[in-house]
Amino acid sequence: MPDGGIGASSKRREDLRFLTGRGKYTDDINLQGQAHAHFVRSDVAHGRINSIDTSAASSMPGVIRIFTATDFEGVGGIPCGWQVTDRFGEVMQEPKHPILAEGKVRHVGDPICVVVADTLEQARDAADALVINITPLEAVLDMKAALAEGATKVHDDLNSNLCYDWGFVEENREAVAEAINNAHHVTTLELRNNRLVANPMEPRVAVGDYDFSTDEHTLYTTSQNPHVIRLLMGAFVLGIPEHKLRVVAPDVGGGFGAKIYHYAEEAFCTFAAKTIGRPVKWTSTRSEAFISDAHGRDHVTKIELALDENGKFLALRTDTHANMGAYLSTFAPSIPTWLHGTLMAGNYTTPLIYVNVKAVFTNTVPVDAYRGAGRPEATFQLERVVDKAAREMGIDPVELRRRNFITEFPYATPVAVEYDTGDYHATMDKLLQISDHAGFEGRAALSKANGKLRGFGIAHYIEACGIAPSNLVGQLGARAGLYESATVRVNATGSISVMTGSHSHGQGHETSFAQVVADMIGVDENQIDIVHGDTSKTPMGMGTYGSRSIAVGGSAMVRATEKIINKAKKIAAHLMEAAEGDIELKDGQFSVAGTDKSVAWGDVTLAAYVPHNYPLEDIEPGLEETAFYDPANFTYPSGAYGCEVEVDPATGKVTVVAFSAADDFGNIINPMIVEGQVHGGLAQGIGQAMIENCAYDDQGQLLSGSYMDYAMPRADDLPMFTVDHSSITPCTHNPLGVKGCGEAGAIGSPPALVNAVVDALQRAGHNVTHIDMPLSPDRVWAAMNS
Amino acid sequence: MTRVAMTVNGKAVTGEVEGRTLLSSFLREDLHLTGTHVGCDTSQCGACVVHVNGQAVKACTMFAAEAEGADVTTIEGMANADGSLGTIQQAFQDFHGLQCGFCTPGMVMSAAALLKENPTPTEAEVRAYLEGNICRCTGYHNIVKAILAASGQSVPAVAAE
Ligand code: FES
Ligand code: FES
Repeated sequence: MPDGGIGASSKRREDLRFLTGRGKYTDDINLQGQAHAHFVRSDVAHGRINSIDTSAASSMPGVIRIFTATDFEGVGGIPCGWQVTDRFGEVMQEPKHPILAEGKVRHVGDPICVVVADTLEQARDAADALVINITPLEAVLDMKAALAEGATKVHDDLNSNLCYDWGFVEENREAVAEAINNAHHVTTLELRNNRLVANPMEPRVAVGDYDFSTDEHTLYTTSQNPHVIRLLMGAFVLGIPEHKLRVVAPDVGGGFGAKIYHYAEEAFCTFAAKTIGRPVKWTSTRSEAFISDAHGRDHVTKIELALDENGKFLALRTDTHANMGAYLSTFAPSIPTWLHGTLMAGNYTTPLIYVNVKAVFTNTVPVDAYRGAGRPEATFQLERVVDKAAREMGIDPVELRRRNFITEFPYATPVAVEYDTGDYHATMDKLLQISDHAGFEGRAALSKANGKLRGFGIAHYIEACGIAPSNLVGQLGARAGLYESATVRVNATGSISVMTGSHSHGQGHETSFAQVVADMIGVDENQIDIVHGDTSKTPMGMGTYGSRSIAVGGSAMVRATEKIINKAKKIAAHLMEAAEGDIELKDGQFSVAGTDKSVAWGDVTLAAYVPHNYPLEDIEPGLEETAFYDPANFTYPSGAYGCEVEVDPATGKVTVVAFSAADDFGNIINPMIVEGQVHGGLAQGIGQAMIENCAYDDQGQLLSGSYMDYAMPRADDLPMFTVDHSSITPCTHNPLGVKGCGEAGAIGSPPALVNAVVDALQRAGHNVTHIDMPLSPDRVWAAMNS
Repeated sequence: MTRVAMTVNGKAVTGEVEGRTLLSSFLREDLHLTGTHVGCDTSQCGACVVHVNGQAVKACTMFAAEAEGADVTTIEGMANADGSLGTIQQAFQDFHGLQCGFCTPGMVMSAAALLKENPTPTEAEVRAYLEGNICRCTGYHNIVKAILAASGQSVPAVAAE
């Protein structure tokens, strides 16, 4: 293993501040004279606001101002960043999403007004004195009922509760129907992908500030993508030009998607700071996070897989209702469509695929991307239906998958994407090895002797990461580009600052990005600093989500570093009076090929800034380069996951006794960090499959609105994991050959776990073909005893 | 307002607090010891764990006034005298037991309390003890390894399993 650089498990430099309590998270920021905002939120799911009486509250101690929707007349609503076109060629229905509720409240948690006071306690006390009169309306909750004729509408000014009815690939609709009608065997499965709450451990925070002397706004916020927030909030909500708006996302305590979106609280604090002439801070409580952070998943799906007598997949049809919640969150429309439908080929050669998705408005919290975003929903249904088909046809689930694996690359799927590389047999082989699949029967016998039912479940996933080619996503309805940027600033003495548009909120970019640049130049990692999270320091970049940081952000950094090296070689050539083409860079030394002449990195960087002996007629002084990288394609990580469970037949309790993951992430920069990403993803996927569930009652009240009721995976819910990333087929279209690893764990694990439980029950003679997640003891027990 | 006096990380401190002021707020807002984090409002997540008179306590679940006269240790007081990382902190770095770092102060404080009570815990004992600390990033795998390693037990190196 090299000492530092690409491929080393370098220890994380960011850990030093986090382990000593010196991290700087947004809630740790307190500005001189800051006031505190308390959001008053709807406690009914749907209702008409008759009146808001602020008179008593306004005169409470410390109250500075109470804001309602009327304060935001002329201010834009929260924008949606993706416009989906339906299968009839019409654009989606897009309701206004006001900063504070206008006339109606549409979900429990919808903000109605904001009390700003000297202290948070005063703001909360005053909120209790507000008199808000709301007439409750029928809550629209069930997606299918919401689409019925005459259903109550979430948005009175829309035609219905249907956001869009999307078909993909629409031209295949008839051919798929015909193939299914004529097939030897069709396996059908109806399932639900349970609604989840991302729950990064750091709740969201926003601190707005305004400088009257310069007319500059600053927003400190818990964001995965500060430039995106600056663009959305500045251009579409508050009308502040970019050069007068700075957005800072300092240390951020996890994101998992929930901190991608532009939220009302950010716009509010920015707006209110100027209005009252003081900084304004809002910190979410956990209970508030449950009703104001975008939720994830919540699909109801019917999937049909047609097979021939040998188990070859002939056609696939899937029909999904996707919950949008009450408003369209930033990327919500893209999740059940382009991030979901395009993955329905999975790892298989299925020639005909048709995906129908109806996106529905309901009186619930908006739903958007959560770790994996659309790809877990695709993988779950596909890997469940494949497993069910294997059992119905009496073919081993591993064997059925192998018979249908794609083996030739590049491979153009019938759902519009082209996989560049992969070796699915290799990851499957690796999984069987690391999970000791061969020894399963012996372990099952031991479990049986202990009165437990043991099962083994497999899933093989593909995901599209490294999001995304801008021209492609533009055609698909994205209202943004999805490139990434980096500026590499080499200082006179040779140290390097890299300003990246990617954002680290746990991924360890400050370490792994530095490894890449160190490797390219041959200097020590510690000479390199990675700067991120501040729009005033970093070039315009799209941030971190969709496992894109190393594949897109890393590539931008490589491109910028290549420019640096090219220029540095010119300078070195001049210093050594040699031809530029003869200059080689190795271990931080420039040398002339075939001679013993050399100059050190530091000599060249010094010459760039003290250009006394310098080719000024050819190149400028200085050594700083910027690159924007727009990927040519998505990247396609893939892998085989195996879950081994024990079920207690008396109680239905499931225990995950072993979990193995064999991934192909392409090349690896820091194996330690990659494994950590997989572990975390697995915990979230196992959490979804085992215990997590976001539940509403029939009035639209959130039943799982705190950690008392929403089951977060804890240390004693999980086993040690066995992970492997030695199957490597490098990505062919980015300079590092990397694919991305952030979401895989959460994508591949839920179907593996459910397949394992079904396996355990079927081995014990129960005719159970599916149980909806989460597999809580009551559901498993009921399935066994029905 | 009530006047409180206590020792925090070996230093005598005083402050004026309301009866309802939580120890977590006092540490964060009044003493600017922002290493103690607040991740929930139902006493579930453990991001706020500190030691009060040697016991692990959720600082969000104790009033500042209740800590009158107490000896409090926070994450800021866990490094060695020369500023280097303490044994548990070092193990968390060595075994990648943290990602976003938000749960980390509470994890380290809980781990310290566990190892005081039980110097060589088993994996199952570590997992059971961490029942009151939620981490959303790591899947606990490397946290468990870090704590076992900090207890002097041998565990596989990172990225070598
Ligand atoms: S903040 Fe104390 S337990 Fe969550
Ligand atoms: S490291 Fe992020 S919550 Fe534990």
